[in-house]
Amino acid sequence: MDLHYTDAQTAFRTEVRDFLAEHLPTRLSDKVRKGQSLTKADHEEWHAILNARGWLAGNWPVEHGGTGWDAVQRHIFEDEMTKAHAPRIVPFGLAMLGPVLMAFGSEDQKSYWLPRILNGDDWWCQGYSEPGAGSDLAAVRTTAVRDGDDYIVNGQKTWTTLGQHANMIFCLVRTSNEGKRQEGISFLLIDMNSPGITVRPIVLIDGGAEVNEVFFDNVRVPAANLVGAENKGWTYAKYLLTHERTNIAGVGFASAGLEQLKRIARAEQSGGQPLIKNPLFAARIAQVQIDLMAMATTNLRVVSAAAAGQAPGAESSMLKIKGTQVRQEINALTMQAVGPYAMPYVSEALEGDNDPVGPAYAQARTRQYLNNRKLSIYGGSNEVQRSIIAKAILEL
Amino acid sequence: MNFDLTEERQMLQDGLRRYLRDQYTPALLSQIADSETGWSDAVWAGLAEIGVIGALFTEDQGGFGGAGFDIALVAEELGRVGATEPLIDTGLLGGGLIAALGNADQQALLEEVIAGDRQMALAHSEPGSRYDLSRVATTVTDGKLSGRKAVVVNGGAADSLIVSARSSGDVADEAGISLFIVDADAPGLTGRSYPLTGGGHAAEITLDNTPGTPLGAAGEGFQALAQAHARATLAISAEAVGLMDAIRTLTTDYLKTRKQFGQPIGKFQALQHRMADMLIEIEQARSAVINLAGHVDADALVRDTHVSATKTLVGQAARLVAEESIQLHGGIGMTQEYALAHLARRLVMVDHRFGDTLYHTERFVALAVA
Repeated sequence: MDLHYTDAQTAFRTEVRDFLAEHLPTRLSDKVRKGQSLTKADHEEWHAILNARGWLAGNWPVEHGGTGWDAVQRHIFEDEMTKAHAPRIVPFGLAMLGPVLMAFGSEDQKSYWLPRILNGDDWWCQGYSEPGAGSDLAAVRTTAVRDGDDYIVNGQKTWTTLGQHANMIFCLVRTSNEGKRQEGISFLLIDMNSPGITVRPIVLIDGGAEVNEVFFDNVRVPAANLVGAENKGWTYAKYLLTHERTNIAGVGFASAGLEQLKRIARAEQSGGQPLIKNPLFAARIAQVQIDLMAMATTNLRVVSAAAAGQAPGAESSMLKIKGTQVRQEINALTMQAVGPYAMPYVSEALEGDNDPVGPAYAQARTRQYLNNRKLSIYGGSNEVQRSIIAKAILEL
Repeated sequence: MNFDLTEERQMLQDGLRRYLRDQYTPALLSQIADSETGWSDAVWAGLAEIGVIGALFTEDQGGFGGAGFDIALVAEELGRVGATEPLIDTGLLGGGLIAALGNADQQALLEEVIAGDRQMALAHSEPGSRYDLSRVATTVTDGKLSGRKAVVVNGGAADSLIVSARSSGDVADEAGISLFIVDADAPGLTGRSYPLTGGGHAAEITLDNTPGTPLGAAGEGFQALAQAHARATLAISAEAVGLMDAIRTLTTDYLKTRKQFGQPIGKFQALQHRMADMLIEIEQARSAVINLAGHVDADALVRDTHVSATKTLVGQAARLVAEESIQLHGGIGMTQEYALAHLARRLVMVDHRFGDTLYHTERFVALAVA
């Protein structure tokens, strides 16, 4: 047992930190720090900077233009990115689709799509959930029917994050109704500009519009865009979900959030002294900090096992639950810290306003609290994760 | 011991519930969201007509109620539909302070308030005062007020404001706080109005040598402020109970209809137990509101012990119910379009007025524990 990073790992951390200090535009880190929305151009700018350094695809092997990093290096990179308030790497092409294509795509698909992901030629979005298929993903009903060299796709996807920016979507579609539900699903790549596709934004409880509904009305898709074999899509979907769960604990987000919470609690006055001196409030910060310290080590235990070649299993479910609980508690405490100035509704349109209502740090704290209720819902709700733990670890 | 409503209150509750159920449609909510004040003129007039504002005042004051149980009853019904009309600001804070302190001329304003013809707001909190009721830095010199007031709910719509200012003592002293009635169009008064997360609007108000008419004796405003705040806290707590009832109904209905894994998700025991826990906390909150309603006009110590107990418990229950109801709904609970969004936002914001769980737990320790 040794809790220290190796010299090489420490040197790598320094290298990442120095790079971020030099190359991360302040304009972008300011936006992230203030909880403001990033535009498509913001994301693309940051991806291009990382790609120029060869650090965009942290979980890809070198042969495909990735970094070849192990799990500990990826963890260090993500940790430093969050501490520096760097924009999050948009995961749909890089973290989700890329690994599926490498594992199950044809040579043509790999050589065509993978470089385009790195170069930012395509913006991918994820077509998994449907109105009737959320936690129960195998219930997908969007159909793809073979017609010559094409599939004809009909149906609806929902909760499509940043679909408004996307020109491509990878979808789970039903190609068979025979046998088990899981055995009739295929994995299809669809051009968002195809005739018959409609994208409708869903405004969320915080007033933001980051997710969408995507409707398919007789959309023609070349059969060459089928990944792997027909009716084997469920296997690829599950493979993708294990990749979605890297960095699932969000230790970096939680650490950055905790620092922000403390900064605000030092600035806010309560009863003639800084709020952070209030023993009741300080105790609640302490509780979440203590949780975070232990969770960071749980995360490293899983990361180390992954670096040693063990596939992360149900442990990632534990990390997802604890990680989202910690982040949501930090969000709640931060909203509480800003007191009455949590009440003004600051819309996205006003968030860049130079004349905020109340202290600048109070802006967007309520929006962030409301928006991050999603953390325990998406990517497999925490209830689904508990069921996985009960079955896979406890064998109940 | 009798927890039943009197016949009169039962009639008021039935009539009000019917009225709000008819009025508070999704169309009205979206119209309110886009409006200048954050609430509906038509509904306000309707509330006045069925006697909801009058229920906040005693017969001597021109109303026909005024007891804690009257306040709780009407506020709970408003909460049930997520109504944003300024019952607390115009009625309990503005009207309540005039009723408590006003001279004969000022008392005449109450008639307009009860008839629904005068809007009011309390401009008391200041930037940085957080929830401290005695922290007032706004100055008064020769009857002219200067200072800044923060998050003045209904400040933009108010025809007249009750403004607090310090005429003597240190910034946090209870003694030395004076109250004034200030016209919304008084010289030197400027405001910036903005929408609130939970509905309605508030304003940041700046006073620069603004004339005001004294309300009550100079330097002796604190006790009346504390009493008005206690009654407002009762109202917002009862409103929270109404919100939680409505949210509970929405959520159980959803659990019965939403199917995943081949059955309604309400059949899953894990979710049933969480609904059961929510129900227990809602009933705790309801009892706490009854406790406060029965003691809101008691001596300051008894009153404030109940204020802090109730607001603490309501704040905790509100967070639990808002978060759990969103979670149990899943994605649909995150959407603006669904009825839960407005109710949950309004419920979450309850903890940010008249003191949060932290403030009231600390005060409860001082009043009843230490």
